Formats: sequence, structure tokens, C-alpha cells
Amino acid sequence: MEHASHEEIKRHVKIYIAVFVALAALTVITVAVSYLHLPLGQAVLVALAIASLKASLVALFFMHLISEKQIIFSVLSLAFIFFVVLLALPVVSS
Amino acid sequence: MCKHSKQASCFNMIRYISKPHPITGVTNAKLGTWCFLASEVMLFGGLFSAYVLLRTGAPAWPRGAEILNVPLATFNTLVLITSSVTMVMSWASLAMKEFANYRRYMGLTILLGLAFLVVKGFEYGHKFQHHHFPSTDTFYAVYFTLTGLHGLHVVGGVLLNTYFLFPGSALWKTEPEQFAGRIECAGLYWHFVDLVWIFLFPVLYLL
Repeated sequence: MEHASHEEIKRHVKIYIAVFVALAALTVITVAVSYLHLPLGQAVLVALAIASLKASLVALFFMHLISEKQIIFSVLSLAFIFFVVLLALPVVSS
Repeated sequence: MCKHSKQASCFNMIRYISKPHPITGVTNAKLGTWCFLASEVMLFGGLFSAYVLLRTGAPAWPRGAEILNVPLATFNTLVLITSSVTMVMSWASLAMKEFANYRRYMGLTILLGLAFLVVKGFEYGHKFQHHHFPSTDTFYAVYFTLTGLHGLHVVGGVLLNTYFLFPGSALWKTEPEQFAGRIECAGLYWHFVDLVWIFLFPVLYLL
């Protein structure tokens, strides 16, 4: 995001507003779905899918990952691998 | 001579505070912030992992909506999302050299963070009134640990942002680029705190 021009930032601001609207709408949707009382398995899938979508929007646009350098992705990939191992450990060991 | 060259190499390493480092392509501060956030992923990841293990191993588990206040938490989710937008707007204001707007957006971010904490305080107060404590059962132990740790992160973010709104903003006059870099890093942290809540909300309240 270094040395972005004035016009570029103005374009970013429009994207930020659009992302905000999407995040608010997804929040309402995930709450609405919870009132449908889906079976637990389906409810977990829907809730996590919506949460992942919201998290991706925040990370890509607010945290500028969409235009970030390779080194940041290397750090995050390492964290992601260990995160998956962490979640998988209890499953494997039980 | 030797001492002098050592100092020079140290300076070479730490001088990329406002300009991207030629090897990494990002400022040292940004790389450091992302490394810190990666360690935070592991911190919350461990607790999420514990939650999954405790829930799947429990004979019965309450639906969050039956014992927690979903409308209040939905409101708080919207508060935190809005604060993420005002945070990124405060950085964008600096990038456009509009310092007055930076202060407005940063002030709003802090107020929204405080609003989140007040609402959370009401929620906690209500639980304590009904004698629901971390020791009550496994659900409440998980609920208080996860929301409490997240709440501490919000407190940390509010303190950091307050520093950058008042004394820390003096740097804008002397080193504007470095100051904008600091706000971008503070923003990365704040968005991460929002991101954690995005997962906590459905996991604890809706499932």
C-alpha cells in the first residue's frame, strides 16, 4: 500500500464502504439462518462458511492482503499450517 | 573501526521504518506486526481447538442462543465491523494527507471500541447477576475465557489507538510517512481483533 496516489486511495475508500455493507448484510444473514434451527451439522457448516467469507473480506480489503507482498503470505502460510495441525491434533489423538 | 562498522550495520537493519526493506518489500514494522498476528492466530487457535474438543466430548451442550443475548451480540458485531471501517478510514485519511479527518475517524474507532466493551460489560453483569461464572459449567468456562481474552485485546487496541490519537500523533508533523505506517500496523491489529470476533460470534452465540 506504499505510495498510493490520492485517486487510488479514493477508489479504495469506495471499496471499504462496499465491504462494510457486505459485512453488515452477512451478519444479518448469519443471525437469520440461526433462527431456522437447522440440524447442528448444517448449522455449523453455514455459520463457518459465512464467518470465513466475512473474515476473508476483512483480511483482503481492510488488512490489504489483496495487494500484499510475498513475504507476508509466507508468514501466514506457516501460521496456517500450524493452525491446521493444532486443530487436527485432538482429532488424531482421540 | 570495528565498532563503527557494527553500528553502521545495525543502522542498516533498523532504518526501514518508513520505507520498505529492499529484501522483504515491506517495512520492518509491518512484517513484525504480521509475525505477531501469526502468533495470535496460534493463541486463539489453541482455545478454539479446546472448544471443539470440549464440545464434542461433552454429553450435552447448550445452544448459545438459549442462554446468551443474541440481539445484543449482533449489535456488538455491527459495532466492531463499523469500527474496522473507521479504522481503515483513519489510515486512508493519512494517506490523503487529511490529518483532521484522521483524528475524526480515529476518535470514532476508539468510541466504538469503548461501546463494544460497555455492551460486553452489560452482558457479563447480567450473567453474574444470575450466578453464571466461569466455574459454573464447561460452556461458561469456554465463553468467559474466549470473550474475556478477546475483550482484553479490545482494551489493548483502545489504549494503542488513544495513544496514536493524542501524544503519538505528534510524529505526523516530523515523520508523516512513518506515522502513517504506524497507523497501518495499528489497523492490522484492530482488524485482527474484529476478525477473531467474526468467528467467536457464531461459534458461541449461534451454534
